[in-house]
Amino acid sequence: MADYQTHEHDVLVIGAGGAGLRAAIEAAAGGASVGLVCKSLLGKAHTVMAEGGVAASLANVDDRDNWKVHFADTMRGGQYMNNWRMAELHAKEAPDRVRELEAWGALFDRTADGRILQRNFGGHKYPRLAHVGDRTGLEMIRTLQDHGVHQGIDVHMEVTVVTLLKDGDRVAGAFGYDRERGRFRLFRAKAIVLATGGIGRAFRITSNSWEYTGDGQSLAYHAGAELKDMEFVQFHPTGMVWPPSVRGILVTEGVRGEGGILVNSEGKRFMFDDIPENYRSQTADTPEEGWRYVQGDKDARRPPELLTRDHVARCIMREVREGRGSPHGGVFLDIAWIKEKLPNAAEVIRKKLPSMYHQFKQLADIDITTTPMEVGPTTHYAMGGVNVDGDTQMSSVPGLFAAGEVAAGLHGANRLGGNSLSDLLVFGQRAGHHAAVWAASHSAGTVDRAEVDQWATRTLEPFERGASAEAPYQVQHDLQDSMQDLVGIVRTESDMQTALERIAQLRVRAGRTGTGGNREYNPGWHTALDLDNLLTVSEAITRSALERKESRGGHFRDDYPSKDDAFASFNILVRKGADGAMQLERRPIPQMTAELATIIEENR
Amino acid sequence: MQQETQATFRIWRGDASGGGFADYPTTVSEGMVVLDAVHQIQAEQANDLAVRWNCKAGKCGSCSAEINGKPRLMCMTRLNELDMSQPVTVEPMKAFPLVRDLVTDVSWNYRVKQGIKPFKPREPDAPDGTWRIAQSDVDRVQEFRKCIECYLCQDVCHVLRDHQKHDEFIGPRYLVYAAALEMHPLDTEDRIPELRQAHGIGYCNITKCCTAVCPEHITITDNAIIPLKERVVDDAFDPVGKLVKIFSRRHT
Ligand SMILES: Cc1cc2nc3c(=O)[nH]c(=O)nc-3n(C[C@H](O)[C@H](O)[C@H](O)COP(=O)(O)OP(=O)(O)OC[C@H]3O[C@@H](n4cnc5c(N)ncnc54)[C@H](O)[C@@H]3O)c2cc1C
Ligand code: SF4
Ligand code: SF4
Ligand code: FES
Repeated sequence: MADYQTHEHDVLVIGAGGAGLRAAIEAAAGGASVGLVCKSLLGKAHTVMAEGGVAASLANVDDRDNWKVHFADTMRGGQYMNNWRMAELHAKEAPDRVRELEAWGALFDRTADGRILQRNFGGHKYPRLAHVGDRTGLEMIRTLQDHGVHQGIDVHMEVTVVTLLKDGDRVAGAFGYDRERGRFRLFRAKAIVLATGGIGRAFRITSNSWEYTGDGQSLAYHAGAELKDMEFVQFHPTGMVWPPSVRGILVTEGVRGEGGILVNSEGKRFMFDDIPENYRSQTADTPEEGWRYVQGDKDARRPPELLTRDHVARCIMREVREGRGSPHGGVFLDIAWIKEKLPNAAEVIRKKLPSMYHQFKQLADIDITTTPMEVGPTTHYAMGGVNVDGDTQMSSVPGLFAAGEVAAGLHGANRLGGNSLSDLLVFGQRAGHHAAVWAASHSAGTVDRAEVDQWATRTLEPFERGASAEAPYQVQHDLQDSMQDLVGIVRTESDMQTALERIAQLRVRAGRTGTGGNREYNPGWHTALDLDNLLTVSEAITRSALERKESRGGHFRDDYPSKDDAFASFNILVRKGADGAMQLERRPIPQMTAELATIIEENR
Repeated sequence: MQQETQATFRIWRGDASGGGFADYPTTVSEGMVVLDAVHQIQAEQANDLAVRWNCKAGKCGSCSAEINGKPRLMCMTRLNELDMSQPVTVEPMKAFPLVRDLVTDVSWNYRVKQGIKPFKPREPDAPDGTWRIAQSDVDRVQEFRKCIECYLCQDVCHVLRDHQKHDEFIGPRYLVYAAALEMHPLDTEDRIPELRQAHGIGYCNITKCCTAVCPEHITITDNAIIPLKERVVDDAFDPVGKLVKIFSRRHT
C-alpha cells in the first residue's frame, strides 16, 4: 500500500491565486474547516503578475458608470457568448468586492477627493479599473494572503494535486504530492473548489508561468465535469518580442490606457484603419480625440488602440504579415510620444507605469520614456474552462466548484482587461460561500484506497523509466510548438487536423517519458506529470476550435473569417465519454431575461 | 542576428546532507538572463535541477539565488552584466535551510509574518463604509508595499545569515512589512512593543546591506527601519506621547 499523509477538510480549495484565496476566506467565514493547496509558494500565483487593474463600476471618476454599463460592456466584449447570469452578478458585485479589499488593507491609487482612482482600459466605456500603478495584482494577492492567514485556513504550499477522487457521482477528495520531498498527500473533503488558473503553457509564446498547465480543467474533465468555450483563448496584443528570452512577457494594456499608440515600420498609426462596426460609435475619429479621451475628457471617445484585445492582436498580425512589422517581428508601442503633449512626460510615465519602465530597462535595455517598445501577440488567458452554475459556481459534478480563470462563462468569446481580477473576487467569494454551504449539508464521501494506490503507482512511473527514456521537456516543447503554429491566433481546418494527429503522437511519447534523480524537488518529474494535463486541454481547445466554423472573439478561422449567426446561439461543451474519448456538444445559450436584454439594447 | 557564445555555469547541486558545485557548459545568446541559462541546462543536461520561478519578470520573487556570490533574482540578472569569460556561479540563499540545489526552505518567513499583528482599520469615513485617503498618504507607504517577498534582504542580513538569530529577529523584510502597517493611513494597531521585544528591532545595526540587494529598490534601512527605531525609542521614553499618537492616528 502506498505511503501518504492524509488531511481532512470540509472544503478543499485547490489554487491560491486571487480566486482561491477569496474562496478560502469566504468558506472559513462560513464556518467550514478549509484547506488551501498551491503548486508554488503562497503569494506567488499568477495573480501577483496582474498589472493594469481590477474592473468595478465604482463610478468614482465618471459618475455615468454603473453595473448596467459594465454588464453591457462585458457582454459586448464577449460577443454574447457569455453566461449572462455571471456577467450580471459580476457587474453588480464587483464594487463591493473591491471596497472590501480596502477594508482588508489594500491601498489603491486615489482621486483628488480621496476615493479609489479608476483608469481606462480596452472595451470599458468609462474609466473603471481600480489600480495601484501597474502592480495591482501584487496589491490584491498580498492583501488576500495577509488577511487570509489570520482566518484559520490550513495552507499546503508547494503541493500539486494530480487527481480528484470521487465517491459515486460526487467529489470526495484529491490526491497529490508535495514538491519539496515528493511525498504523497491525500485530501478528504466534502466540497472542492478548483481555482487553478489557465492553460498558457500549452503554447510557445505566452505571458503565463510554468504553473499554467491546465491542471484544473484537466482534473475536472477526468472527474466527469463539462468544459465549455475551450476554443476561446485570448492572445494579448502586446507581449515583449525582443530579446528572445523574454518573448511573450506581458506589456500591460495600461500603456495604451495612458496614451500609448501602436505604430508600424512606416511610422503609421495603423489602428485607425480597421474599426469594427459594433464599436464605431464608441471610437475616436481622430488622434486628437483619442488623446483627449485618455486625458479624461468625458466628451471624447476612446482611441482605437483600446479596442478589444482580439481585434488589436489581429491588426498587429496583419501589419507583420504584410511586411510592415518591426525588426523582430512585432510592431511599435510608443508611449514616449506623449512628451509632445506633456512637459513632464518622462516623470508621468515612470509614475504611472513603474514596472513597465523597470522591465524594459532591465530586460531589453530600452528606456520607454524615450524609445518605442517592440510588441507582438502573446498567449494570455483562457476564456473557456470548467462549466459552472452562474450563481453557485458548482460544476456538473456534485460538490466540485470552480472559480477564476479555470472556470468558463463570464467572459464569453473575449475577456475585457481588468475583468479577471474582479472575476476572481466575485466568483471566488461565491464559490467559497456555496462550497461551505454544501459541506455543511453533506457528509464526507468515501475514498477508495485501491484507487489511491493505483494513482501512487502511476505517479512514480517516470522514475521506473529513468533518465534515458523520453525527455519530458522535449515533449512539452514539441506540444507548445504544435499549438502555437497550428492552433494559434489564425486557425484553419487542415492545420488543426494536423494538430490533433500530433497531439495523439505526443500522448504516446508522454507515456514513455522518464526522469532521473529522486523525488525531492525534481522538476523533471513534475514536468512529466503535467504533460497529461497539457495534452488534455490542448485536445479540448483544438476539437472545440474545429467545431466552431466561424470567427468570433479570441477564435479566428482563416477559412471562416466572419462571424456567423448560426454559431451565435450555442456554446461548445467538451466531456469525457464512457469510452474515454472526448465528446463535443453544441449547447444552446439560454434566453436572456427581458431586463438584461433591455440593458443591452440601451447600451448599444 | 543572434550572437551565440559558449559559457560555463557553476551550479550548486545537493541537499541538506551535502553536495558541491557542478560545471555546465552551455551556449548563450544576446539578452539571456541567468534563469534562462539555468532552464536550458535543466532541459538539456540536468532534468532534475531544482529551481523556483514563476513570472520571469521580477514580479513574484521566487527565483532568488546567489549569483557570483551576490544575492539576486535570476530572472532579472542579464548575462551581459556578468563576466562571461569566467564560470558564473549560482548557489542557493544561505540564510535558510537547503531543500535541494537552488531551492531553500523559506517557510520561516511565513511563520514570522503570521506573528505580526494584522491590519486594523479605523472606522470608515463615509456612511457607505468607505474611506477618504489622500494620494500623498498612499505614496508614503506604497514603497513598502512593492515588496515581492523574494527574501534577498533576509538572506544578506548578517543577523540572520551569520548569527542565525531567526528566533529573536524578524529581519528586514518584516520590518518593512511592519512599517507598511504602522504607516498605513487607516491602521490603528500598535506594534511598537513587539518590535522592541519579540521582533528584535534592536539587533539591526543599520549596515544597509538589505537596502543594497532589494530588487524593488526599497530604501529598507532609511525609510522603514530607522523611522520604526525612532518610534520604538519615543515609545520607551514617552508613554504619554504614545497615547497622543494613537489618539491622533484614529482621528485623522
Ligand atoms: C502578466 C499578466 C498580467 C495580467 N494583468 C491583468 C490585469 O491587469 N487585470 C486583470 O483583470 N487580469 C490580468 N491578468 C489575468 C489575471 O491575472 C489572471 O487571470 C488571474 O490572476 C488568475 O487568477 P486565478 O486565481 O484564477 O489563478 P492564479 O492566480 O493563477 O492561481 C492559480 C493557483 O492554482 C495553483 N495550482 C494550479 N494547478 C495546481 C495543482 N495541480 N495543484 C495545486 N495547485 C495548483 C497555483 O499554484 C496557483 O496558486 C493578467 C495575467 C498575466 C499573466
Ligand atoms: S540594515 Fe539592519 S536589517 Fe538591514 S542588513 Fe543591516 S542589520 Fe540587517
Ligand atoms: S524588501 Fe526587497 S529584498 Fe526584501 S523581500 Fe521585499 S523585495 Fe525582496
Ligand atoms: S521568476 Fe518571478 S521574480 Fe524571478
